[in-house]
Amino acid sequence: MGHIVEIEGVNKIYGTNHVVKDLNLTVEEGEFLTLLGSSGCGKTTTLRMIAGFEEPSSGSIKVEGESIEEKEPYERNVNTVFQSYALFPHKTIFDNIAYGLKMKKVPKDEIKKRVMEMMELVQLEGFEKRYPNQLSGGQKQRVAIARALINRPRVLLLDEPLGALDLKLRKQMQLELKRLQKKLNITFIYVTHDQEEALTMSDRIAIMHEGILDQLGTPTEIYEKPKTKFVATFIGETNIFDGCIAEITDQDITINVENGAVLGKAVGFQNGEYITVSIRPEKMKYASAPVEGFSIEAKVRDYIYVGSIVKCIAVLPNGNELKIERLAGEALPELETTIYPYWNREDAVLIHNQDQVVFQAMENIVLG
Amino acid sequence: MKSAHAKHEWKSNTLPAMVMVGPVTLCMILLVAIPLIYVGVMSFCSIDQYYNVVFKFTTQNHLRLFSTDYLKIYGQSLAIAFLTTLFCILIGYPFSYLIARTKSKRKKLLYMLVIIPFWTNSLIRIYGWRTFLGTNGWLNTALQFLHLTSEPIDFLFKQGTTVLGMVYCLIPFMILPLYTSIEKLDTNLLEASSDLGAKKISTFLEVVLPLTAGGIFSGSIMVFIPCLGYFFVSDILGGGNSDVIGNLIERQFQSGNNWPLGAALSIILILITLLLVKLYQKMGGDMESLGM
Repeated sequence: MGHIVEIEGVNKIYGTNHVVKDLNLTVEEGEFLTLLGSSGCGKTTTLRMIAGFEEPSSGSIKVEGESIEEKEPYERNVNTVFQSYALFPHKTIFDNIAYGLKMKKVPKDEIKKRVMEMMELVQLEGFEKRYPNQLSGGQKQRVAIARALINRPRVLLLDEPLGALDLKLRKQMQLELKRLQKKLNITFIYVTHDQEEALTMSDRIAIMHEGILDQLGTPTEIYEKPKTKFVATFIGETNIFDGCIAEITDQDITINVENGAVLGKAVGFQNGEYITVSIRPEKMKYASAPVEGFSIEAKVRDYIYVGSIVKCIAVLPNGNELKIERLAGEALPELETTIYPYWNREDAVLIHNQDQVVFQAMENIVLG
Repeated sequence: MKSAHAKHEWKSNTLPAMVMVGPVTLCMILLVAIPLIYVGVMSFCSIDQYYNVVFKFTTQNHLRLFSTDYLKIYGQSLAIAFLTTLFCILIGYPFSYLIARTKSKRKKLLYMLVIIPFWTNSLIRIYGWRTFLGTNGWLNTALQFLHLTSEPIDFLFKQGTTVLGMVYCLIPFMILPLYTSIEKLDTNLLEASSDLGAKKISTFLEVVLPLTAGGIFSGSIMVFIPCLGYFFVSDILGGGNSDVIGNLIERQFQSGNNWPLGAALSIILILITLLLVKLYQKMGGDMESLGM
């Protein structure tokens, strides 16, 4: 396995709008990489720069070790599946899929053979004479994928390809795409804002936030070891405490938060540092009396039943809500009782607070 | 049940319907149907020795339509219309493409460049060309001043001059439908085409042209048909050397003073128009983009 796409120090600026900020990203051959983020985070712009529809303001993009800045989109060995499908409305399904081969001037018999193979692969046999407006959303999506794959690209770029489909179809297509990717062994770079989709399909996820690559890692790493507060809150549900480190003994860390003190375990932190503590609801524990090292309390306010899982909402003295999640049938505290939340110190994820500088600056302000 | 019945009763009440449709129908009858019938009836009338129209049935006027002199002019008129349409496409397409694809404020400016001449009388604008192209006109003065020519060049009164005037007058009718169809073109399709390996020229031929053919088509109809009738352009710039069907009609109503023959000639024009529109419809043209 080698590096198939290397993005080095790429910036994209539209007027005064800095859309992608100093992006460094290496995509491995044959992997399924997802660019995940909310709208406007720069993920689609990144994809469009790889495809060649946008030019980076600075930095370089290499595909298969070759710089592609000077190459027009039609010279690049990557293909795109568009969010809106972008099927040619005046061409039949056959001609749509054959388009890439026709442009490469492949002989007619071979075009026919390869288009038929491709139609079989995406299960669209018998549709060759139809026009795009005679197909359903899911079928159009398959045509778009087949059309992009027929050129045998080294990298397939997918821009929220399932965005327009309903939930059930989307789930089915997710699995199909994953199957297709494994079978063809093509590198997929997939853009989505749907975190569940990203977790389901990806080998690695790159989370982007306001033009910055916040974290790159496997779904497990991203979920269990978020590096920024944004990643922690964006992927799945979590409980967040902002606080300041009060004491470090070996790897055990005591953190003062607004409503008391909590414990965590990590390396690379300093005494007095401002940090964020993130605890997943399923790791949250509770007791009827304070547990050593923890001095926060909360009042149970509500239950939410979501099939196999029950969520318990408790309120901290400052009004913040706390979520505790258990499998249905497992014990949970009574409504309106006071509980003392705690956790195994290894389960807490400690995150350097990006607002550190601001806090420090505030400390230095002499009041009066 | 009761409300459904009431609704039905309201529907069958013709008074509101008449109020709504009445004025339009009246206008159509007064301004379109009656004049058309009048022209039709007129074409079967004769004239007496003093060129007065008399209601004496004759097919003489219609037979005259097939005289060689007239047939020659129909052919010439069609040729001028064809050339005008062709030049309108060649000039109008790149220009429309430019307006439709310009994103900045310049778009409005470019669009206005097409619209503003519309607000000036076309007769005056055509006279402007005559002044510009005449033997003592600006163009010849400039050319002589620059010593590019010693003798004034005779630009006027040629078929080419008529075509120039026609193109000038009618090009907005080509640009507007073209602009609409190019504007509607989804840029994703162009990106998809490029992404799949098509060079710019292939993208144009495979995607852009087929998807804007409707605009070219309706623009052509909107240019071709008036071109057959714009007699003042060939009068002013063609000087009688490049008559169109419109000139024949105009002459019968004015100097020729033979209204029945003029009416018969008008019917030829109407028939050609109907034929072209029918053809347009048959080939899948959109009537709405013709404003019908």
